[in-house]
Amino acid sequence: MEEKKFAIIATKGTLDWAYPPFILGSTAAALGYRVEIFFTFYGLNLLKKNLDLKVTSLGNPAMPMPMPMPVLVQALPGMQALMTSMMKAKMKAKGVASVEELRELCIEAEVKMIACQMTVDLFEYSTSEFIDGVEFGGAATFLEFAGDADICMYM
Amino acid sequence: MSQAFDSELDASGLNCPLPILKAKKALAALSSGQVLRVIATDPGSVKDFEAFAKQTGNELLEHVEEGGKFIFLIKKA
Repeated sequence: MEEKKFAIIATKGTLDWAYPPFILGSTAAALGYRVEIFFTFYGLNLLKKNLDLKVTSLGNPAMPMPMPMPVLVQALPGMQALMTSMMKAKMKAKGVASVEELRELCIEAEVKMIACQMTVDLFEYSTSEFIDGVEFGGAATFLEFAGDADICMYM
Repeated sequence: MSQAFDSELDASGLNCPLPILKAKKALAALSSGQVLRVIATDPGSVKDFEAFAKQTGNELLEHVEEGGKFIFLIKKA
């Protein structure tokens, strides 16, 4: 049977949005897919050696909150750190893997990770900030793989 | 439980997609024809293991639910 291919573009760098590319990437690899993830713009944060991802309810009224809270209160200093630590505690209690763990499982399963060179330059990141094994490329690099992928997703 | 197994994986308390990923790793350590027993508590694992078996060719021999735990027997292809 021909190997199936799964191409993902990861564009977001918050704690909640770190999950879809790493969950689907690692699971697809376990199911026998060849997986490539192209990280661009804020998605590049998911490739940093030191992951410091945050979550916020600002601009995201669907995020469940322990109690109703006016938006202006949600915007107070320290609220983002509080929401992030609450979310992490909740995930741990529910047996949800950490982003670090899922990323490690992707690496073990040989999921190919490509950092968008243009955004690396735009944000003046140093390539040494990223984990080992990351490749650097552009739109054409992604399209070469995505062009004959069975599934292609933008996240 | 009737069937014998060669290896066991306790994925209790773990959530999607960890039971599948850990089962994949545990199967990699087995030889063809050997059986892995997986214990999970994630209700989503029921459908996930069916899909996993279908797509990887590893056969899902048995699936039972015992006191809130889901037990799967998977035969390596």
